[in-house]
Amino acid sequence: MSDSPVTIETHNPALQHHFADMEQQRNAASFGMWLFLATEIMFFSGMFCAYLVYRYWYFNEFAVSSTTLNLPLGTVNTAVLICSSLTVALSVQAAQQGKRKLLVTLLVLTLLLGLVFLGIKGVEWKEKFDEHHVPGYSFDVSKMAKESPIPIDGQRAQIFFSLYFAMTGMHALHMIVGVGLFTWLTYRAWKGAFGPGYYTPVENFGLYWHFVDIVWIYLFPLLYLIDRKPLH
Amino acid sequence: MATAVIPVRERENYLNKEYGVRSWLLTTDHKRIALLYLITITFFFFIGGIFALLIRLELLTPAGDLVQSDTYNKLFTMHGQVMIFFFLIPSIPAVLGNFLVPMMIGAKDLAFPKLNLLSWYLLVIAGVMMLHAIATGGVDTGWTFYTPFSTSFSNTKVIEAGLSIFVAGFSSILTGLNFVVTIHRMRAPGLTWSRLPLFIWAHYATSIIQLLGTPVLAITLVLVVLERALNLGIFDPTRGGDPLLFQHLFWFYSHPAVYIMILPSMGVISEIIPCFARKRPFGYSFIAMSSLAIAVFGFLVWAHHMFVAGMSIYAAMIFSLLSYAVAVPSAIKVFNWTATMYKGSIRFNTPMLYAFGFIGLFTMGGLTGLFLAALGLDVHVTDTYFVVAHFHYIMVGGAVMGYLGGMHFWWPKISGRMYPEAWGRLAALIVFIGFNLTFFPQFVLGYVGMPRRYWQYPSEFQVLNVLSTAGSTILAVGYLLPMIYFLWSMRYGKPAPDNPWGAAGLEWMSASPPPTYNFDETPVVTWEAYPYGEIAVPEEAPVER
Amino acid sequence: MSEHTVSSKLYYAIWILLLVLTVVTAWIATIDLGPLNTIVALAIATVKATVVVLFFMHVKYTSEKMTKVVIASAIFWMLLLLMLSLTDYTWRLAPGTN
Repeated sequence: MSDSPVTIETHNPALQHHFADMEQQRNAASFGMWLFLATEIMFFSGMFCAYLVYRYWYFNEFAVSSTTLNLPLGTVNTAVLICSSLTVALSVQAAQQGKRKLLVTLLVLTLLLGLVFLGIKGVEWKEKFDEHHVPGYSFDVSKMAKESPIPIDGQRAQIFFSLYFAMTGMHALHMIVGVGLFTWLTYRAWKGAFGPGYYTPVENFGLYWHFVDIVWIYLFPLLYLIDRKPLH
Repeated sequence: MATAVIPVRERENYLNKEYGVRSWLLTTDHKRIALLYLITITFFFFIGGIFALLIRLELLTPAGDLVQSDTYNKLFTMHGQVMIFFFLIPSIPAVLGNFLVPMMIGAKDLAFPKLNLLSWYLLVIAGVMMLHAIATGGVDTGWTFYTPFSTSFSNTKVIEAGLSIFVAGFSSILTGLNFVVTIHRMRAPGLTWSRLPLFIWAHYATSIIQLLGTPVLAITLVLVVLERALNLGIFDPTRGGDPLLFQHLFWFYSHPAVYIMILPSMGVISEIIPCFARKRPFGYSFIAMSSLAIAVFGFLVWAHHMFVAGMSIYAAMIFSLLSYAVAVPSAIKVFNWTATMYKGSIRFNTPMLYAFGFIGLFTMGGLTGLFLAALGLDVHVTDTYFVVAHFHYIMVGGAVMGYLGGMHFWWPKISGRMYPEAWGRLAALIVFIGFNLTFFPQFVLGYVGMPRRYWQYPSEFQVLNVLSTAGSTILAVGYLLPMIYFLWSMRYGKPAPDNPWGAAGLEWMSASPPPTYNFDETPVVTWEAYPYGEIAVPEEAPVER
Repeated sequence: MSEHTVSSKLYYAIWILLLVLTVVTAWIATIDLGPLNTIVALAIATVKATVVVLFFMHVKYTSEKMTKVVIASAIFWMLLLLMLSLTDYTWRLAPGTN
């Protein structure tokens, strides 16, 4: 953490009794969070697998359906999450350095950026709902099919939109969890729970937040950028 | 380090440290959590067992005369779901693993004790959801939930059962996470990887599978629930969906899941055999590495469940070849266990009887798996009783016998009491006889063509079915006996010494039952694993009741 | 996780890089590169993800070998699922194909 020599901390109030010292506890917590993130990668893999096979089979429908997604909003959302990753990284640093006010500010900023992301996502979903692109009873892509330069099958397009909602929905659910976690973190930080001697939750929940950002980094090109060539 | 046998009630241990329901329901002691799991999975074993008995009752006669066909579909579905997700998958890791992993590595507890308690609560919540699904109509899709029947046609509690298994899956994932971190970070000084008990290696490999495979099941169930609830079409062939996609995603977890069920059992056998042969395990590193190999290879073979489902024949050939490869590490274990026994000094206590049963029955189950991996053969025997017999030989003849062997082996440590040895041996024999009578006829039935999941069958199959049902009643008796005498022993059993079997392992260096923090002082390990030959067999090694 | 302190300047630099790459990937999608479009888009995404993992998540500076093992394993297992499943789909026709 700093330049002081390594000391074996056994009297830190945050030490849990089954651990020998804080180093072991920190190490275990970090390892645990990385393992959890590995399970999350596998969790999303199932949907990426479904996406992959259907994109392979139904490329035309995927390409045309993708163009109906709101590219400007998607790009802005990507930028919003990138900014939130910055605030998260800076907040870990602030905790390391014992700067409580800065830490709280950065955590609140992260929260707000997360909420902005969710808000924009809500706007996009509403757009899809208004255009009857939500799979289910009122699904209707006839307009999209008519305007498409290549013939497409409505049923196959339905699969794209099912996957779009499943994947962005699952991602949004993880964002909501993240917002909840960071609300708790902000409260604890404001109470002064974190400092150079103990900032493990900030670090580990930060890892979670970065992971959710990375999922979006992949969702963006896969969903929005399949084929954005201007029509000729 | 044998201590005098002090009456159990005089010494403070994890059982008598605190009394009261709260001290159990809010415990973070891995040993108490292990017992909570023991009660839970035993309960679900009963439920799954009742479904099995109803199935066997129906199959006594060729006609469908006990229940209707729809009900029969529910019976085998719920037998499978309950037995797999609420008994087999938790069993050894959550009971024996929870109890022993920290003790075997000289730790005070798992890395995340509160997460451990949460794991149990997740299983209980999932169990309540499943019971509710069963009570309000059940599920009839088969435990495999194949689409589009489960998503578009079934009128049963698919969503509720799916969500229940989703929650149970997280119980499993968190246990795996806890074990991996614990084994990596909390070993006692001097306990290097090559000195670890093989039980630990087995649980480490199992945990890797739990971590990497279960999330895929979770997302698959979510997709099924969404499809059913929101009328999506991802798996609906009439709307461009592919039913095989569900099967790929489902089996990506569910095949490695069978290794979650067998690897811990193999770990138990690897502890029992050296002890009752008084010899170090032959090929320790081979046994350890084969556990990891099974964990990895197990992920490469899933589509062998889909050979006749319409998948590409070229992909099928690849998966068939890989399925042959996965048998090799298991065979290595069987050879090493046998070699361990060679020229050993064998004692026939109950745990060893279960180990013998395991080796024979697991080998039969495993070899018949190879029959199924051959594409040409599989076309004829898939979806017949041959498959049913194959997996029951491994799951029941293998995993459950390993579980029972382990429960007997470590019962003195867990409860501080000896179980009655003569009854233990009798029960093991009854289980073995009942098991073979139940399931061997099913190999023949499948081979001559009786399909699985049918509630009626041609009359020429009746004799074998009757034998199978008769066997199942004997097996049921064999399972009831240990439940009775284990309970009996908690009150009337002979108090157990620290190390009744003269076994190697750190857990035997602590009291029976252990104190809450496991050891009075953290042990420092300066010896290689399994120092048999240097541990005396105590004269009190019980051989009579 | 690690004791190494990273300067905030590095974080800001990574942040700018990520924003630039986002704009680039959105822009390149509008240019016809044929099959390369997908590859370029995924490559840019991978660069972004790598940079987040190495710098924001501190993996470049950690002394923990297991962190890298865990990440590599998860990615490998995901690729296993994707690639092995694909063997079935590349050799089988979609329903409704002639």
